[in-house]
Amino acid sequence: MSLIDLLPQARSLWTVWFFLVFLGVVTWTLWPGRRRELEARGRIPLDDDQPQGGGRHGR
Amino acid sequence: MSLAAVASPIAVVRPRTDEALLDNVTRAFVIAICFWGVVAFVAGVYIALQLAFPALNLGLEWTTFGRLRPVHTSAAIFAFGGNAMLGTSFHVVQRTCRARLFGGAPVAWFIFWGYQFFIVMAALSYVLGVTQSKEYAEPEWYLDLFLAVIWVTYLVAFMGSLIKRREPHIYVANWFYLAFIITVAMLHIVNNLSVPVSLAGAKSYTLFAGVQDAMTQWWYGHNAVGFFLTAGFLGMMYYFIPKAAGRPVYSYRLSIIHFWSLIFLYIWAGPHHLHYTALPDWAQTLGMVFSIMLWMPSWGGMINGVMTLSGAWDKLRTDPSLRFSVTAVGFYGMSTFEGPMMSVKQVNALSHYTDWTIGHVHSGALGWNALVTFGAVYFLVPVLWGKKALWSTRLASWHFWIATIGIVLYITAMWVSGIMQGLMWRAYDALGFLQYSFVETVEAMRPFYIIRALGGLCFLSGALLMVYNLWRTATSAEPEPQSAVPSGPAVAHAAQ
Repeated sequence: MSLIDLLPQARSLWTVWFFLVFLGVVTWTLWPGRRRELEARGRIPLDDDQPQGGGRHGR
Repeated sequence: MSLAAVASPIAVVRPRTDEALLDNVTRAFVIAICFWGVVAFVAGVYIALQLAFPALNLGLEWTTFGRLRPVHTSAAIFAFGGNAMLGTSFHVVQRTCRARLFGGAPVAWFIFWGYQFFIVMAALSYVLGVTQSKEYAEPEWYLDLFLAVIWVTYLVAFMGSLIKRREPHIYVANWFYLAFIITVAMLHIVNNLSVPVSLAGAKSYTLFAGVQDAMTQWWYGHNAVGFFLTAGFLGMMYYFIPKAAGRPVYSYRLSIIHFWSLIFLYIWAGPHHLHYTALPDWAQTLGMVFSIMLWMPSWGGMINGVMTLSGAWDKLRTDPSLRFSVTAVGFYGMSTFEGPMMSVKQVNALSHYTDWTIGHVHSGALGWNALVTFGAVYFLVPVLWGKKALWSTRLASWHFWIATIGIVLYITAMWVSGIMQGLMWRAYDALGFLQYSFVETVEAMRPFYIIRALGGLCFLSGALLMVYNLWRTATSAEPEPQSAVPSGPAVAHAAQ
């Protein structure tokens, strides 16, 4: 059996692959250890015109 | 994934760029948004009146409903909405990446004028009857090629700005903008694949035939909604609501999940435009199922936008920009509930081809796209023209209420009219004959067409108030100094 014979099965499984990738994204995002780092990124637009070295946003 | 590689400390001092940001082009885009917005609303009111008073077709081929309708839709979606996307994306990408736009002024102005030229050429061709008869993709092959060049240049400018960024992380608004640019490029190129009859003539034939053509068209059409009118405008939401509220987005992690679930799902929803057609049943059901699943990311995003205000609800009273944006997100939630419901085949059997669809589209286009754009523009004009505040907050409040009442008139009229129309079409008498002739349904809808036109007129009036307010904001001297002498241009314009 060559690889090309697997193609039809592999093709029909694309929803499964996508779903697994999506689950990976969700897991990565919700991993407890990343919480502080990810939420800190929400401040990017707010720290727009901060002068260099000014640190109102430090937590 | 580059995200994983970034281990930035929590309390970072944000890097700044030494280059001046490119704001001239963004200002030009804001003017274009106002101009094309008014054009789109005028065209909309006019064709709404044509439906109620057919004499307004004027008996001329150039002014018939069939030719003016694409002028209205393209002006609203591509001219008003498109300029809003281009302009705000340039503003947002430069600020959140802390980098000057890639390619600088020449590239940005090329994109600006190229896009305006495309709009004018497209509108002219519709009026003259040159069209490839694909809804929302009416321009013929030569204009499609021209737009593809502009769009790829836009992609390069945006991507280049992301690549040269000083900020380690790409802020979520830019993800939405990038998804919008890439997907629209793909949709535009594939749906417009066609064979021109001759190199010197406008006429072309599409590469696809039959149901494949229909499916390609609605794969394009629905993702114009999904990526042009949703993803791009969500990018706007994720920047301008936090900016106006002065708070970070409610949950940044939710915004990441929002992004990926929207991207994974939206592209499959197109077949719901082809229920009960020659499209295979399984494809119709697939489109329906994905449309229903879309409800989740849509509402996740809505919650994220609205909850950004938690702890700052009082700003809704004082900040007109925020009031527009948050109401827009409310309408987004409403129309993204209505959409999945209408995609259910049994509901669609009643709603399809009726005015209900028109009502649904406008609760999204007026309520979500236009209001969120107004919110962004009210925020942008003082920033870009270096003013402390809007010229008149009261006028902005008037705009808000007139526009909201206009939308409510519009969508309720279309609900009643559409459901009535659907019910009349399917009514049988005791002998199994259709109870109503088509013209009876048209006659029954007339009062609602007049109410709809009134709603549109309200929306247009509000937009004119906005244009005046923004004009005064940009040209008036600051009110702070006691003896506020208007600057030269303001006097000159006031005299006109």
